[in-house]
Parts: sequence; C-alpha cells; structure tokens
Amino acid sequence: MKKFLAACSALFVGIIFASSAMAAGTIKIGGLFAVTGPASFLGEPEKKTLEMLVNDANAKGGINGMKLEAVIYDTGGDATKAVQLATKLIRDDKVVAIIGPSTTGESMAVIPVAEKEHIPLVSCAAGIKITEPVKHWVFKTPANDHVAAEKILNYMAKHKQKNFALLTVTDGFGSSGREQIKTLAKQKGFAIVADEVYSPKDTDMTAQLTKIRGIKPDAIICWGTNPGPAVITKNVKQLGIKIPLYMSHGVASKKYIELAGADAAEGVMLPAGKLAIYDVIPKNDPQAKLLKEYDLAYKKTYGVEASTFGGYAYDGFLLVTGAIRKDGATAAQIRNGLEQTRKLVSISGIFNMSPKDHNGLDQSAFEMVRVTKGDWSMVK
Amino acid sequence: MQFDQILQYTLSGLSTGAIYALIGIGFSIIYNSTGIINFAQGEFVMLGGMLTLFFMGPLKLPLWAAIPCAVLISTLTGIVFERFAIRPLRQPTPINLVIITIGGSILMRGLAMLLWGKDTQSLPPFSGDEPIAIGGATILPQHIWILGITLVIIAINKLYFYHTISGKAMRACAYNRRAAGLVGIDVRRMVMFSFMISSAMGAVAGIIVAPLTMTAYDVGVMLGLKGFCAAIIGGMSSGAATVVGGLILGVLESLGAGLVSSGYKDAIAFIILLLILFIRPQGLFGKADSERV
Repeated sequence: MKKFLAACSALFVGIIFASSAMAAGTIKIGGLFAVTGPASFLGEPEKKTLEMLVNDANAKGGINGMKLEAVIYDTGGDATKAVQLATKLIRDDKVVAIIGPSTTGESMAVIPVAEKEHIPLVSCAAGIKITEPVKHWVFKTPANDHVAAEKILNYMAKHKQKNFALLTVTDGFGSSGREQIKTLAKQKGFAIVADEVYSPKDTDMTAQLTKIRGIKPDAIICWGTNPGPAVITKNVKQLGIKIPLYMSHGVASKKYIELAGADAAEGVMLPAGKLAIYDVIPKNDPQAKLLKEYDLAYKKTYGVEASTFGGYAYDGFLLVTGAIRKDGATAAQIRNGLEQTRKLVSISGIFNMSPKDHNGLDQSAFEMVRVTKGDWSMVK
Repeated sequence: MQFDQILQYTLSGLSTGAIYALIGIGFSIIYNSTGIINFAQGEFVMLGGMLTLFFMGPLKLPLWAAIPCAVLISTLTGIVFERFAIRPLRQPTPINLVIITIGGSILMRGLAMLLWGKDTQSLPPFSGDEPIAIGGATILPQHIWILGITLVIIAINKLYFYHTISGKAMRACAYNRRAAGLVGIDVRRMVMFSFMISSAMGAVAGIIVAPLTMTAYDVGVMLGLKGFCAAIIGGMSSGAATVVGGLILGVLESLGAGLVSSGYKDAIAFIILLLILFIRPQGLFGKADSERV
C-alpha cells in the first residue's frame, strides 16, 4: 500500500511537473553562478554568457520548437546559499537541468541535491573531485587542472628540464594544482627541488624567488591566478633570474601580460585554453570559428572581451541543448544525452563524454603558448 | 651565495617594511588624537592607488598631475568620513567607533568596486623598471622611491608635531583631551586634522606601492592589517618607533619566508603581533606609561 501511494504521488508530481513545463511550451534551464562575492570574476561572465545564448537561441526559434528560459540565481560564492538555490530551482522553478555552480566548493555542496532530485548538473568549476569518481547526474565543463599541468610537464620533458621549483598560491586553485603537479612529477620522473608558497594577497615574492635562485632549478612552475603571478613575473625580472618560468592556465588572459608588463612577461610559457589565443591558433582548428564568434558576440553585447570562465557556461549551454535536441527535454533524457555527447566542438575544447568520463576533455583543450612582445605565440 | 641571499631578503624586507610603516603611522596619528583604531585606514591606501589610475585612465592626466589629485580626493574623503560618520556620534565609546570605521571601510570598498570594477590594475613605475644591483642583491627604482618618500613623510611629520602650533595642539589632545579643550584647543578640529593627515598619508602609501604590488578595490584589507601590526610593534607612536616596527615586520617576514618556509610568512607577522600584545602592550620601545592604557 505504502509503495503504491508513493508511486501514485510520484506520478502525480510528475504530471504536475510535466504539465507545467509543457503548458508553457518552454524549457527551463537553471543557472547557479557566483555573480557577486570573491568568485565574481567567474560568475559574472558565466551569467552574461548564458543569458546571451538563451536570447540568441530564442531569437532563432528555440530548441525543437520550444522556447528556452534561463532561471539564474546569484550564489555569492557561498556553498550554503548554492544548496538552497539549487533546491529552489528544482522544486519551485522546475528546471530540467542546472548549469553551475561556479566554484568547486559550491559544486561539491550541490552535488547531493542533484543526485537526490535526479536533475543533471553541469558544473562550471574545475575541481577534479566533481567528476572523479563519476556521479550519475553530475558533469563539468572546465578541463581538470592536471591536464594543464601535464601539458607543462610534457613540454619540459621534451626540453630536458628535469629539476623544477614549484611556487603555488595558498588558495584552492593553488593547493589543488600543487598536489596534482607533485603526483604527476613523481609518475614522470621529475624532481621537485623547491616547494614554495605565497598568499593570494602577497605583494612581494622576492624572498621565495631568491631561495629558488640559490637552488638553481631547470625551471620554475608557478600556479596561481592574478595578481600573484604578475607580481612573481616582475620579481623574477628584478632578481635577474634567467630560469624558464611556467605559469598555469589560470593567467591565460591579456590581463596578465598587462599587469606584469610586456617586458617582464617576455618568454613566460603557459598552457592556455584556446579562447585566449584564438587569433594565433591555426585557421583550420575545429574550434577556431566558434571561438571567434563567441568573442565577437560577447564584445558586441557587453562591450568587453569574452573570458575563459564565461566559456564554461557556453560549454554547459551547448552540452545541455545538444542533449535536448538529440534525446528530448526531460531531466533523464538530458542526462543520457549529456553522457552520450561525442565530438562536440565548444569553447573549452572538444567534448567526448562517456559513462566513465563526465568531463570529456583531454590535452587538446590546451595549447602551450609563450609571451612574445606582449602577445601570445604558439610554441611547438 | 648565502650572503647574497641574506642581503636580498633584507633589502626586500626593508622595502616592504617601509610600506607597512607608512600605513602604520596613519593608524597611530588617529589613535593618538582620538583613541580610535581606524580600521578604514587600509581603504585610504586603496583609494590612493585607484584614484591615481582613475585620473590617469578616464581623465587622461599625466602621472605627476594625477598623484596630487588622488591625494587631494582621498584627503577630502577622510574629512567627509570624519565629519559625517565619526563626529555625529553622541557617545563615542571605543566599540561604537571601531564598528563605524569597519562599516566605513566596507562602504568605501563596495563603492570602489562598483565604480572601478573588480579587476586588478597596475600603475606605471615612476622611473623605469631596470633593476639596480647592490652587492649581489637587486632592487627596483620604485623601492628607492618608497624608501625616500617614507623618510620625507616621517621628517615632515616630526616637524609638524614638534615645531608647529597645530601639531603641538594635536599632541596635547593625545595626552588629555579634556585638558586640551580647557586651554582653548579646538579638539574637534584636531580630530579632523588627524583624519586629514592620515588619509593623505594612506593615499600616498597606496600610490607609491601600486607600481610594485598593483592595486584593486580590496588591497586595503591586508595592507591595513600589516600596517596595524607595525603600529602595534611601535607602540602606537606616530614617529620613529612605528617606522622601526614596520621595518622589523618586513624584514622578519622576508627572512622567515626565505630561510624557514614561505608557508609561515603571514603567520610570522601575526605571531609577532600577539607576542607584542601579550608581553609588551606598550610597544617594543615604549615605556610602560599609564596615559595610553
């Protein structure tokens, strides 16, 4: 009896849910982004990108004849708020899929909600924990940090740089990068001869760099987001250090060169997502056209350059709408469609999902670039 | 090699320390004339840098003209802050005042974020960025600017507080507000002066460090805290003791990061702060006098 009642109520809820979605003839997609607060540099472009894409899709007649509606909430970068808003999106707004949250902490907090409510979640955060181990309803768009790290180490191996110094920031991005570089270095037979850190707000890193200079490593890998790496780049020049300097994909924007100064940044190498460098990648690159379109459209709508972070929401949108086109617009259909995504050309890379990989990006998502005369140039 | 390294640590430490000192003096000037710890001091540091960028960017002024404009606007902000947030308070208990200054700092930070965005920005160095070698260690021309300007400001401070009527009046307020009022000193005006001077100094500090450390709407928090540490080490004196406090802090941080571990760099500053507060609350050099307790 109990089971029957439960089934009935599930059916009932299902009917209400389906009818509310059908009657309006719209597909509701939820967005959870840290539009304000410390992670706003992620959330703001993500929100703007999603809004732009939804308007654009509706202007072109929607998806499968149905209009799209984006319900976007600002989490302020707060995990507790993200969980409340995720529940609200699912229960009150009846969205069929959620794009976001922006940060790893929020994503980890929202995952149990998505799993319990059976709503596909396409996170825009980079943390490896989000999709490893694989969760049934959870996907993510940014490539794992270790893919970028591996790109650097492969390049170093090719140039016989075996001993390197590590300089990482003491926030989530830096410590996750530090762990992954250490694991990779061990696997690939590199020696880490110095392991230094700095705080996100530090204004002078000459002490750490003087120590590193004394050890004479073959290379320095710095893992952080602006402004720290720009300060480090200036300090390296000040101290006259000639050791090759590698940065993470976290500073793959012109802003970094501008902050550090073209002069000091000359010769710095880093793995960049292709959006930052779309004007220097080969014309026949499958992503080249889409990247250019995105950047131009974003500039036209908002007057600023598109950022890699906004690209994560773009990926989420393409993945979800791709799944809807293929399989249909219920939560379960979208989930299956997401998992079966193959060769989807998007902003962060070319997605190939599988039941074992809910990220779907590999090393081709990054290119090694070098700063040359204040601009990026490809390195082979 | 080892000597070179120590020299580099010391020089780096001295130049960061000079910044802490300049901010620290801003704290002590206000503290001495009002008894308030002005937690918005760091925001004036931010204002200095951001306003200079604003005058150079959208308003297209050259650097030498943008700097006085930025200092002027920051000083006006300081006056407005004192006039409309501090003075109207009926019962200025320390806790009320502290909360008001914290509120003021959040307000200023928020406005700066709305006006100028969240991006970090960089100011061009005053005179090139070719490193200068000093016996195996290197510093930048900007470091010399920082050390030089800090020294000049401290000298002016000394002159003002010991050789002008209004400076002496401010010191009188610091010793005893009531008595100062009784001998005809306008205490409220002195409080306003103290906000003026320290906001101007904060702004100068923010401007001279911006080419090195870059600036953003939220740089004031950490720099303010370090400046506060310097002031505590110096026993809240508005003279040489705070300067030495700032330099000690900078050098210890730098040596700690270089010789021990960079992970403990900030911890070093705060351990020193706690130790001083526990063992010598009157500051490293102060006599244990009763006036300030």
